[in-house]
Formats: sequence, C-alpha cells, structure tokens
Amino acid sequence: MSVLIDATSRVVVLGMTGSEGTFHTRRMIEYGTKVVAGMTPGKGGTTHLGLPVFGAVTEAVAAEGADVAALFVPPYAAAGAVMEAAEAGLRLIVCVTEGIPTLDMLKVKGFLRDRPSLLIGPNTPGVISPGKSKVGIMPGPIHRPGPVGIVSRSGTLTYEAVQQLTRLGLGQSTAVGIGGDPVVGLKFAELLALFKDDPETEAVVLIGEIGGRAEEEAAAYLAAGYPKPVVGYVAGLAAPPGRRMGHAGAVVEGAGTTAREKIAALEAAGVRMAASPADIGATVAAALGGRS
Amino acid sequence: MKVHEFQAKRVLARFGVPVPRGEVAGSAPEARDAAGRLGVPGVVKAQVHAGGRGKAGGVRKAATPEAAGRAAADLLGSVLVTAQTGPAGRPVRRVLVEEAVGTARELYLALAVDPAREAVVAIASAEGGVDVEASFAGTPERVFKEYAPAGNRLDEAQARKLAAALGLTGGSATQAAGIIMAMAEAMEKTDASLVEINPLAVTGEGGLVALDVRMAFDDNALGRRPEILALRDLDEASPLEAEAARSNLSYVKLDGDIGCMVNGAGLAMATMDLILRAGGRPANFLDVGGGVTEDGVARAFRILAFDPGVRSALVNIFGGIVRCDTVASGVVRAVRETASSLPVVMRLEGTNAEEGRTVLRASGLGFHPAEGMRDAAALAVSLAGAAPARRGGRP
Repeated sequence: MSVLIDATSRVVVLGMTGSEGTFHTRRMIEYGTKVVAGMTPGKGGTTHLGLPVFGAVTEAVAAEGADVAALFVPPYAAAGAVMEAAEAGLRLIVCVTEGIPTLDMLKVKGFLRDRPSLLIGPNTPGVISPGKSKVGIMPGPIHRPGPVGIVSRSGTLTYEAVQQLTRLGLGQSTAVGIGGDPVVGLKFAELLALFKDDPETEAVVLIGEIGGRAEEEAAAYLAAGYPKPVVGYVAGLAAPPGRRMGHAGAVVEGAGTTAREKIAALEAAGVRMAASPADIGATVAAALGGRS
Repeated sequence: MKVHEFQAKRVLARFGVPVPRGEVAGSAPEARDAAGRLGVPGVVKAQVHAGGRGKAGGVRKAATPEAAGRAAADLLGSVLVTAQTGPAGRPVRRVLVEEAVGTARELYLALAVDPAREAVVAIASAEGGVDVEASFAGTPERVFKEYAPAGNRLDEAQARKLAAALGLTGGSATQAAGIIMAMAEAMEKTDASLVEINPLAVTGEGGLVALDVRMAFDDNALGRRPEILALRDLDEASPLEAEAARSNLSYVKLDGDIGCMVNGAGLAMATMDLILRAGGRPANFLDVGGGVTEDGVARAFRILAFDPGVRSALVNIFGGIVRCDTVASGVVRAVRETASSLPVVMRLEGTNAEEGRTVLRASGLGFHPAEGMRDAAALAVSLAGAAPARRGGRP
C-alpha cells in the first residue's frame, strides 16, 4: 500500500510537449510510472515520447483511462489546466508548476470545493511511492520502498530527509510535497489522515517552514490523537521576522507563524522534533525503536 | 512587490478611488512650485517603501509654497528611520506634495488575501489613522471583516454592509461602498496582494478621500502586469538585493559573516539554521532555484562574495533538477574571475555530485569539501572565525 498513487496509477501529463514536461515525463517513465498520455491544447492527435497527445483532458480519460494528472503547464495557464483536469474527473492532480498567481489559486480552490478531485501543489516536487510510481520531479534513485511517510512544504529539504532515511535503511511508503505557495491543495492534516489509514506507513515525517499556518493546523489535527509516531522539522529558526525568504509561503505573517512557535505547537501535539535538519533520519529511526 | 504611496494612489485613482491632488518632486524648487500650483496649505510626504512615516517625521505640513520647499529640502537626501525600516533607515529620494484635506473622521479600509481562509478579505475600521494597529489589538470587536465568496470577487451587499458598520449613512455610505468595490476591482485587475487605505478621510462635507494608500503586488503575477512591473523601484532594495533581483535570484541580505548559496528555499533556511546551531551567523539567504545555469551560479556566487561582511562561504546543493557539476563549474568560474580568497565550503549531493566534486578538485582552487550538512556548517563557521576581515566591493 501507499497513499495517493501506486503502480496502477495512470498518468496524463499536461504540458508534456514543453521542455520541462518532456524532460520530466521521460524521467517518470524511466522510474516506472505508467504515463499513458500527454495533453497540450492544439497538439491533439500527435505523439510524443511514444505516447498519444490529446488536445483536451477528457479525451485522455476516455481513450487511455487516465486517473492522475501531472501539470507542467506555464504559470498563467496552470489554473485553467487544473480546473480542466478536475472537470474531467481526474482523481488526483499534481501541479508541479511554480509561479502561479495567488488570485488564480483562490479561483481554483473555489472551483474544487464541490468536486472530488484531490490537488497536490502547486509549486511542489510532486508525489512518489518508491518502487511503484513517481508523479513529479524528485530524483528517483535516492528513494527506497519502506515504512516512512513524508509530508513537506519544501523540495530539496525533502530530498535531504529522504537520503538520510535511505542511508539508515529506512525506506518510504509515499513522499508528498504539499507545495511552497501560500494557497495549495491538500495540506498537512489531510495527508496525515491518509497516512493514518495506510497499513504500510509506520511513521510520518512532517517538514514545515516559517510563514502561514499549515504547521499550526497540523498540530491541531495531531493533538486529537494519532496512532503513529510523527517526526517533525521546521526550517527558519535563523530567519529574521518580516523578511521574505524566497517562497511566497515563507513569510512571517505575525503571531503564531515563527519557527519557534510552530515547533512549540507541534511538540505540544506529540510530534518528535528533530534537533536539526541533519537529524531527521536519526529521529525517525529512534521513533521506530532503533530498527533499520 | 511594494510600491510607493504616489504610485499606489495613481493605481487606485484609475479605478475611481478619490485621492488628494498631488505631484511628485525630486528637489526643493520642484516641491515649492508644485505647492504653488496645487494651492496651500499643503502636505509634503517622504516616499520610501515603509510605513510609519508620519511618526518618524516623514510627513510635513506646509502653509506656503516656500514652506513646502523647505520641508522637501529637509526630507530629500535624508535617511528616514521608521518603525518598519530597521535602524539603517531608508534614504528619501522623492517627496509627494499634496493639497491638504480637511478631515472630520479617519477610517481604515483594506483588502488582502487570507491564505488560511483561502479568500480575499475586506477589513474596515472606524478608527483609522496612525494608531490603527493599536486599535486592532485593543478593540478587535470594532474591526469588521467580510470574506469574498470562494473563488469570487467581494459582492456589493458586503461592501454596503461594511460601509454601514463604519457608521456611514446616505451619500457617504454609498461612496464608501463604491470605494470598496473599486478596491476589489483594482486588486483583481492588478493582482494586488494588499490594497490599504489608511486613513480614508471623511471631510467636513461628508465626502471621502484616500489620504494614504499602500499597495503590494503578487510577484508571481508581474509577468502579466507590465504596467505594475514598471513601478518597481530597485533603489529601495540594498545594492546586492537589487543585483540579485536583476539576475532573478532570491537573495536576502542578513548581518552575519557566512555567505550561503543553496538550492531551494526550505533547504536554504535549514542550512541557515545549522549555521546558527554551529555558533555562526548567516550573512544572507540565497536560493539559486531549480533551473539555474552555470552563469546564474557564477552571478549568485559573486553577489554573496561581494558582501564585505562575508568571511567564509557555504555552498549546499542537493541536486535534483540542478546538476552538481553545473553548480561546481559556476562557482569555480566566479572564484577565478573575481580572484576571491574567500574560504569556500562545498557540499554537493544528488544529481551528478561525483562529477561536481571532480570539477572542484581539478580546479586546484583549494575548496573545502564537506560530506553532510552538519559538517559543512561547522566547517564554514570555523573558517569564518579564522579568516581575516575583508573589504567588499561591487558585483
């Protein structure tokens, strides 16, 4: 088992014919992901990377049975593409695109409100269930199948955590980047709920950063009781308040959003906080009783 | 992206929000002449990207055109230190000269994005003016909020409700609702992340005028809002930050002595945290991003190394899309071109890490390789402690 995606997931790549889309689709196929089609408006009927390209998402669903969308669409076209994928009934939409305006995302969230599609991202490395499927841009080879679920707001910091785990012999069930933007699809609490019910996941790593209230919401969810150990790390203790640190989401916006306050909230909810970003793997190993 | 008050007022005026008549001046004679044209009494306001100007002496009243000239002479070229600028303050390069507006009451209106509610929120308070934040904290029950319906613009009924909550009636209430709707339209059509009028003056005759306006814009939307991007004032950033902005790098100057270059904002902050834990202080935040080229890396390295406070550098790359050999080549080039003697710790992981290490060794430049993040941070801290003080320059 794993969450969100597995070996049966059938992926249509939106924006597959672009340079980013081409590069990462190739990598996904190499990893073993079942990429079944591409979608680029105006390029319907062509083939690319040996796959059929459609001009609309509904066609990819009808012809190839796609149930997951991966988006490599330019930022100003991405909101429309997410809504098209939701309208076509895709179960999961992974929006890798970075740089989508916030007001576009508010429209997207309003649109998704009464629809069953799950959105991951935007500005996310994506989702990987090691050994089964990878929908996104993370480096495949650092991952191993195993018992640790990961939810994170950061890309490369997640790779760091994954590598620490893999080197300790601890594989991953599924690793999910929720995205670095202020407004994203699924958040920590929803993903923690999925990992809770996944028999293969024995512990969860939660990686947060300053800005927003995602960590506080996660803490509120976990405080009600969670059956698996959760290990946490929040980046940004050294960040001065009030300065932007790159991510639109990484903005200190007032009370309750500094790294210190987030760490305190998560600790109070029973999360075992790693003493430093170099200790995430070891803290998970300890939480799982030293097994590896 | 932040803009100046005079720019924000021009934007809102385009959408029908009433603002005082005014002109921008860059010299005392210009300010004097502007006041002469606008009529006195007038107001002379320092234009910097920071709030708290009134309390810091950045807003002067002028009873005559000559007084406006003197106020401008006083402000222009001075450094304004407000509660929001930090101790270094901001140099004043321009003033806004405006007609004075007789004010009976001062209100507060703002539209912003509330990421937690995933909606645009309109905020109104009958207690606008310089102490608005204190009144928010002291009497939160007198701050009124309306959330726009999911995925939509604020509606007129909500705007009228806010106007009524402010105690406005008749023509004033209608005008206030119109202003709120204009702010909502401006927000949508410029991709603003904040539209704030404080104070919104109620004049003796019951008319409404936006005496001060602040707007901020979504950086992600600037590509489709060229008229907003044109308002960018790089003079308001530090010289290194301005250089970074020109190179599309995400750089924030801090006051430590260890220059950092990392890929990814989260990993960059984690690296800074490790430096702090090792007893050092980061000189900057620098995220080179995902699609960086050798050239981009070289530019990034030059920016971090030209900070005169930097005594060692820490390059921490977890290659995913970014290839470590690309980063290594860029750093080698920058070090060669600048003949920098800065000690540089290189930690390369992920895609093409081994190729990257080979590039570093082959350069013969004496980089300090490190295995894990923790060791890399500790090494950079100890090298900074041992390094002599440097003199910086320009990138």
